[in-house]
Amino acid sequence: MLRIEHLCKTFNPGTVNEKKALAGLELHLAEGDFLTVIGGNGAGKSTLLNAVAGTFPVDAGRILIGGRDVTNLPEHRRAAFIGRVFQDPMMGTAPTMQIDENLALAARRGERRGLKWGISREEKEIYHEKLKELGLGLEERMTSKVGLLSGGQRQALTLLMASLKRPQLLLLDEHTAALDPATAAKVLDLSDRIVAENGLTCMMITHNMRDAINHGNRLIMMNEGKIILDIAGEEKKKLTKRELLDRFAALAGTQEETDAVLLS
Amino acid sequence: MTFFSSLLNSLPGAIAQGLIWGIMAIGVYITFRILDVADLTVDGTLAAGGATAVMLIRAGVSHVTALLIAFAVGLLCGLITGLLHTRCGIPAILSGILTQLALYSVNLRIMGSKANQALSVDKYDLTVSQRFVRELSLKNPLPLLLLITVVVIAALYWFFGTEKGSSIRATGANPAMARAQGIDTRGNIVLGLMLSNGLVAFSGALLAQYQGSADVNMGRGGIVIGLAAVIIGEVIFGKIFINFALKLFAVSIGAIVYYLVLQVVLQMGLNTNDLKLLTAATVAIFLAIPYWKGKVRPRAKAEKEGGPAC
Repeated sequence: MLRIEHLCKTFNPGTVNEKKALAGLELHLAEGDFLTVIGGNGAGKSTLLNAVAGTFPVDAGRILIGGRDVTNLPEHRRAAFIGRVFQDPMMGTAPTMQIDENLALAARRGERRGLKWGISREEKEIYHEKLKELGLGLEERMTSKVGLLSGGQRQALTLLMASLKRPQLLLLDEHTAALDPATAAKVLDLSDRIVAENGLTCMMITHNMRDAINHGNRLIMMNEGKIILDIAGEEKKKLTKRELLDRFAALAGTQEETDAVLLS
Repeated sequence: MTFFSSLLNSLPGAIAQGLIWGIMAIGVYITFRILDVADLTVDGTLAAGGATAVMLIRAGVSHVTALLIAFAVGLLCGLITGLLHTRCGIPAILSGILTQLALYSVNLRIMGSKANQALSVDKYDLTVSQRFVRELSLKNPLPLLLLITVVVIAALYWFFGTEKGSSIRATGANPAMARAQGIDTRGNIVLGLMLSNGLVAFSGALLAQYQGSADVNMGRGGIVIGLAAVIIGEVIFGKIFINFALKLFAVSIGAIVYYLVLQVVLQMGLNTNDLKLLTAATVAIFLAIPYWKGKVRPRAKAEKEGGPAC
């Protein structure tokens, strides 16, 4: 489904701020894989997701989605295959546009946008049903501006938008980090449900070790732009937080780095 | 008494000018409010539209064709600014300034190296003319200008409701989100700038016919007048006009109010040379008010209610 070959990205090369964010990273996801990604600050997690999404050009390597090489495809063209939810709840929606308008924009991801009316009546009915399933009462506020919604409501809406047109790959970049614990749990549940219902292939970054263990069927840990730990299947099901930390300490070496992961 | 009668006399002219500049201001609204870009090209574009129309009509082209060609020239002006911004990485404001500066030379070329070209309504058939603005006849420009304004607003209301138009609104509202939804934000910015400048040039073509001449400086400060109209419209109607078409009408009315107020202060004896200073100061204050409100309000409100701000 997703194949990443020898991906490299260095920020500010040749300066004192040079940062090797991705150092020859290799990753292969099968159809329907739900991967959780953990690692300390600066490990390259977000860079990996953004590289897949096409936010910036990579220095070397290839990215293939469903067998198609998308390495040189601009971000908006790649969006045809990818649904995204960001860490910042402000980033995934257009605040000055209505809830139904945001959904209509998302429903046309990857399609040519012409001079047909931007939203149809049948569509509105579908959105009403889909919003009802979220259980947040948003179906009664379809013409409200998204800027009026809370962070949790926005993330739920962004999740719905990301899956409205079935993506081949769903990218969740710490999408619950800015939410309070109760809301974060709800949005995570919703993510699980949407991934399961649509049989999506998904990559989720999280800073929460427990979430990384409890969700998905595969877990990778990143350090200095590389995958240093890759746990899948039965082994992942039995994984505990203590064990994960121990293994990280053994791999990454220094106590400092272990603390960084533990505390973040 | 003479003050009021002369004011009354100048009312139709002020409204006509307001309607013409209103179309220009609607163009400014597209970039400033929808795309969230301050486009300074428009000062040059307005004159380009005027110069194009005047020279074409003088060469025997019909005034309708001249208006359409002026619109196309405006599209081109917007295209250049758009490409400088999105394909060359030049900040939007600077891109606009560059095109505007270049247009000064281009406009002189269009007008045969003269800073001013006259267009007499006696010699040519024109869309609108100042001559008849107080006349009760079919030649009176006011009904036609009103009709043009309505058509422009209806067309924009339709366009920004389409899939393409919605994607332009999303581009201005949140470019990161727009790209994540597969929207070509760079292409949309170019398109929005083209549309905006097309309208501005169209407005310039009407203005040149209305006043009977094109001048290389006719667009100077145009962006500020456009912004003034946008802001006056929002101050007066911001709370009641939620619908997009009504918001555009508010811009047009804002331009009319601007010219009405202008007439009043001129009648009161304001020096014409001080006009631009007054306009700039007014726009600066109105742009600053929302910012000040955000800073001052919590404390002031709390004091008023005699309790803590929250």
